[in-house]
Parts: sequence; structure tokens; C-alpha cells
Amino acid sequence: MTVLGLDLGSRAIKLAALHKGRLVAATSAESGFEPHRQAEAMIAPYQPARIAATGYGRHLAQKHFAEKVITEIKAHALGARHHVSACQTILDVGGQDSKVISLDTRGQVSQFQMNDKCAAGTGRFLEIMAASLGYDLPEFAAAAATSEQSVPINSMCAVFAESEVVSLRNRGFAPADIARAIHLAIAERLVGMLERIGLRGEVVFSGGVARNPFLAKILQEKLGRPLHIPPTPEITGALGAALFLEATL
Amino acid sequence: MHMVSCASLSTKQMQIKNEIHIINLTFPQRHETFRHSTTGNETIARSATQKQKTTHNRSKGMSEPFEIKADTALWASLDMDVERFKNVPPTLTQAFTSIFLSQQNRPEKMAYFDEMISNIFSGRIQEMVDAKAEGRPVIGTFCVYVPEEIVHAANGVCVGLCGGSPGSIPDAEKILPRNICPMVKSAFGFKVGKICPFFQVVDIVYGETTCDAKKKTWELLNDYVPTHVMEIPQMKRERDKQLWVEEVIDFKSAIEKQCDKVISNADLQNSITVLNGKRQALQRLNGLRHHTPSPISGRDMLLIQQIAFYDEPERFTEQVHLLCDELDARIKAGNAIAPAETPRIMISGTPMALPNWKLHNIIENSGAVVVNEESCIGTRYYKDTIDTDGANMTAMLERLTERYMKIDCSCFTPNDDRIDQVIREYRASGAQGIIDYTLQFCHSYNIEAVKLRRACEKEGIPFMAIESDYSPEDVGQLQTRVEAFLEQIQG
Repeated sequence: MTVLGLDLGSRAIKLAALHKGRLVAATSAESGFEPHRQAEAMIAPYQPARIAATGYGRHLAQKHFAEKVITEIKAHALGARHHVSACQTILDVGGQDSKVISLDTRGQVSQFQMNDKCAAGTGRFLEIMAASLGYDLPEFAAAAATSEQSVPINSMCAVFAESEVVSLRNRGFAPADIARAIHLAIAERLVGMLERIGLRGEVVFSGGVARNPFLAKILQEKLGRPLHIPPTPEITGALGAALFLEATL
Repeated sequence: MHMVSCASLSTKQMQIKNEIHIINLTFPQRHETFRHSTTGNETIARSATQKQKTTHNRSKGMSEPFEIKADTALWASLDMDVERFKNVPPTLTQAFTSIFLSQQNRPEKMAYFDEMISNIFSGRIQEMVDAKAEGRPVIGTFCVYVPEEIVHAANGVCVGLCGGSPGSIPDAEKILPRNICPMVKSAFGFKVGKICPFFQVVDIVYGETTCDAKKKTWELLNDYVPTHVMEIPQMKRERDKQLWVEEVIDFKSAIEKQCDKVISNADLQNSITVLNGKRQALQRLNGLRHHTPSPISGRDMLLIQQIAFYDEPERFTEQVHLLCDELDARIKAGNAIAPAETPRIMISGTPMALPNWKLHNIIENSGAVVVNEESCIGTRYYKDTIDTDGANMTAMLERLTERYMKIDCSCFTPNDDRIDQVIREYRASGAQGIIDYTLQFCHSYNIEAVKLRRACEKEGIPFMAIESDYSPEDVGQLQTRVEAFLEQIQG
């Protein structure tokens, strides 16, 4: 039987389908206003299936269709180790939060940190900043990559940063330069989180924000080491949930 | 006195003002805010409480539902904003019922503490009003460093005023900066909004200098209620002790003046014994609670430690011992609040003032039990007692000061005793992990968490630091962290 892992995140629901330990399908869709209905539509093609859930909506999923739930932390640990067996550090940047997870050599979570009640350093922050410059997300990263100019950006609060962007534009800075500055500031913050917890072993960068090539590039430069980015980085948690359930069967 | 009265506000403003949320329910999957109209039982409640000097005569198992009683006439006599405040008891009744009374197999002697909550805005306040009428002033405090033995010896009533509700924070933020500690804002807002009967009943408040937010807020609070300040040093050297003793002597003089009574040696000796007894009762209770499996839940323990700050000490001590006797029997009978395999979590850090039950509720709803609070509303309040061998007033005050100097608040530097104390309590409580709780903007505890984490790593103790305030918006995040921490502990 197919084993499904569902990650009900703040911005998107991700699904990973496992068959005999192999990832056979991965899909994602916006969470919408009724996440469990969206999720039910996503799992329908795979029924009958065994289902595990993670993410903010995990308990909602358990109420409706999931037989097991685990937290995003554990799910990302399992998903990241599936891709890179020597992984001991995970940087996950999703829609609503960013987290750094440290694993021991056996892959057990030894420590983790999440951003506090603040949107800075999250996918949502990037979305707001891109929108304030009139870019979509791929354009935002691409524009940043074309700039070589340093623009000081001070605020990492989503609200204040937006007004700071407005004032930078009014002072005549090019949107691409501002885009670069925002990427650098986010990278700085994420590197701070990583260094606080201590970098160990191989590092996996997961979550939808890992699809931003410019951010990945500057993170690697600042850390001075390669980051492993799974082929569909946003699916890592869903995959971890599916792997967890499969291991219990 | 200094506030715009409700009458001068528009209807819309009135409606907004009327929606005080004393507590935002923090049930992980339910984000409902209860808004109920007042019950109309105030007069009955008042006549019942007026006669009732002691509050522990409610027998368990009565069919009438739990209710936090209202007493609008009493509140009006205290110059409260009654229109706003009357929504609070029903809201708190709902919260208390779902968080506390929904528990299975609670110790029966919790009935007294439930009664203390039921009477929190009525019977207990009436007792304080009666005490004042008998010439016993009520002294409000905000910190475990203010020596309540001296208030007791002067025949005064000591009450803790720390705020634990988000409902009064908008009142405070009309005056105070937003980015300061929620406990300071909550307390200040209670006074500014006239929405806390305890604040209204006190004759004076005695603040201290344990943090910047507090010490500067006291300057502003003095506009609303006479506010004295006791200097607490930030180091514990001999010269600091000298200053501290002098501050204690000044405190004694101020309290004697307020209470119009000169404290005799025998008075102080007696009060030291009474409050030592109270602290020993709490030590006994916490010791029993450390048993695996736990005979009592963490949230019930937190509640008792919160009530310690507004109950009469002798009565409270007696009731704590009665509960201890029951827990003793429960342990012998193998009667626990949760199975032995339930993960055991210890809390360290900043205090959780009434009605801040947010973190305990999240932890215990995630399938763990809280087994210790290394906190001001916790062991810091009762871990030390005063040496009773002081032969005269000078010696007694010195012994008293020495006891208060053992309190290991993070406002001191260095403060390594606290690190050792946390590890000791972790071992004693049979906990499997520590969640360090810092109120937002409490810099000293927040920074000290770095040292605590290092010490825990060295000892192999699972440790997680969280920072939060009273708002419900981070409940989802906190729940994820707590569950992930439990996964981590359980491997």
C-alpha cells in the first residue's frame, strides 16, 4: 500500500508518496482557507493509503485522515537524512518560520531553534519584500543576482523593512540593489541562527525558500561550505512524515 | 483619579473598552475567545462572601458549577471601572473550568485552592477591605525580594501584584513603551485601567530595582498609588550586604509608619516563624510532587504557587499541609495524575503571574507533566528560610537579609549559584528535560539562558529556551516546539 506524508504548512500543503520505500510522487498546493479539504483532495488519487501528517495543520489532519503525526522538526530530520545520510545540520526556511536543527550521528534531534514570533527570515518576508519591489519570487532572486551594489538595510522586521524599502526607492536606489540587500540581510540572520546552534556534519537546506538560487549561493559563501539542496526542497517534511510512518509499519 | 472616566467616551469606545480579555485561552487546537455577559449573581455572591471569613468551606462534589464570583458593589466602592471589569469573572471562569476543572483524578484538597480562585475578586478582596477597616493596611509588592515577614510583623497584609494577563496591556501601552516586559505592562495597566481589585485595595505599593522596566515604571506608577522603592543591589559582596541591610531597615520603618505599629522583637520572631512555615509547607508540597509518577499536575502546582501571593499565610500553610497529607496517601496508594511513563518537564526562568497558565497548558496538553518551576512563582519563593537564631532586632534583620540574599534572580552578577540550583532541582524533580521560559524583553533571564544551556549541555540535560508573552498568537509555534522537544526526549 502507498504511504503518504503530508506537510500542512502555513502557506502550502506538501505531499510525498512512498511505495516500498521509494518516493513515487510529490505534489504541493496552497493551503487555502480550509487546509484539510485541500489536503483531502490531494490524497484522493492515492487512496487507499496510510497517512502521516506534520506541519502546523498536523492535528487537524489527525482529526480527519492521518493516523500518525510528528512535528516538523522530526519530519525534517528524517527527510533530510533520506537525501544526505551524513546530514547533521538542517536549515529549513518555510512560509511562516525558519528553523535550524542539529542532529547527532545517529540522526536523532539533539537541538533545534526556530525564529521567534516574527516573520523576519521567512518565506513570507521574502514574498512581502519582492511584492514591495514589484517582482515575483523568481524575478526577485534573479534581480538580486545581477546587482553588485551594497545598500544598507537595517530592519529585519517585515513591517519596518517594507517602509525601509519604500524609503530606499525614494532615495533613488535601483530595485535590483535593494533586492540584493534584502537577500544579504536574510542570509546574515540565517547564518547567525546556524552558528548559534553550531554547524556539524553535512548541511541540508530545505523548505520552499531553498528554491531561491541567489540566497543559496550567498549562504554557501558566508558559511564557507556547500549546502545540500534536495531536488524538491519543500517536500522534505512531507517525505519525513511518510518515512516515519513506513518505519512503524 | 487621573483617568478619563468611561462617561466621557463614545459608545464605540465603550464597547472596545468593555472587551477585556483577562486570559486568552491557549488550548492548542482551539482559539476561541469567550465573551460572556455578566451573570447577575453579584449581590448574592456578595452577601455570601461578606459573612464568610474563611473561604475553604466548599465541599467537593456539589452540583453547582464553578464560578468566579462577582461583587460589583465592592468593586464600585474601590473605584474600579466596574463596567469593564464585570466581564472578567465569566471569562476567567470559562478558562479556569476548561484548564483546571477538566482534569481527571485531581487531588480532592485542590477544592480549597479552587475556592480561592472563585473568591479572588470578591471574598478575598472583602477580607482585605475588612482588614483595612481593622487598621491593617494592605501593602502591594512585585517581587520575592520584598520581605513580607516585616509586613506580617507590622500586622499588615502583603499581596503580590504582578500582572499575568494580556487584557490590561493596551491600558499600559497608552503610556509605557510597547517593547518592555509584559508582566510590568500588565501590572501597570491594571492600575491605570482600574481593572484589578487587588491594586485598588492596596494602601501603598513597595517596588524594587530588580530590572530597568520595573524601576522606571515605579516612577510613573507613583502618580496613581503611593509607590515606594527598595534598592536591591546587583552584586552580593560584603558592601552590597551592608546596603541591603540598610534597605531592609528603611523598609521596616516605612511599613511601621504605614501600619502605625512599632515591630517588637517578638512580633518579628513570630512572623519569621509563620513565613518560614509557609515556605516549608511549599517545600514539602514540591518534594511530594517530585515523586514519579506525579501525584499532582503541574498546572495545579503552578496555581497553588500563584495563590501563595494573595492568600493569608497561616490559612494557606494549613491548607497546603492538608493537600500534602493527601498526596502522601496518593503516593502510597499508587494514585497518580498521569502514568509513570509520561514525560517529565521542568520549567526554569521568569515568573508566571496569575492568570498566566499558557505554557503549562501547552506542555500538559501535549502529553507531558510539569514537575518543577525554578521561578519566582516557584522554588525561588520558598527554597530558603530564615535562620531563627537572631537574638535581637539587629541580628534578626541581618538573618532575614541573608535569607533574601540567597534568592538567585538573574539581575545579579555573577549568578552562578542559580545555574547550580537549576541542575539540583532538575535532579531532585526527576525531570527529563528543562524548558527555560523568558518573558519577552526580560534581558537578564534571556541572556542567562545562554549559560544555562551550556551547563545543561555539559550535564547531558535536554534544554530548550523559549521566549514568549501573554498573547495567544504564538501558541501554534510554542506547541510545535514543545512537541518537538518531547520527541527529542523520547528519542
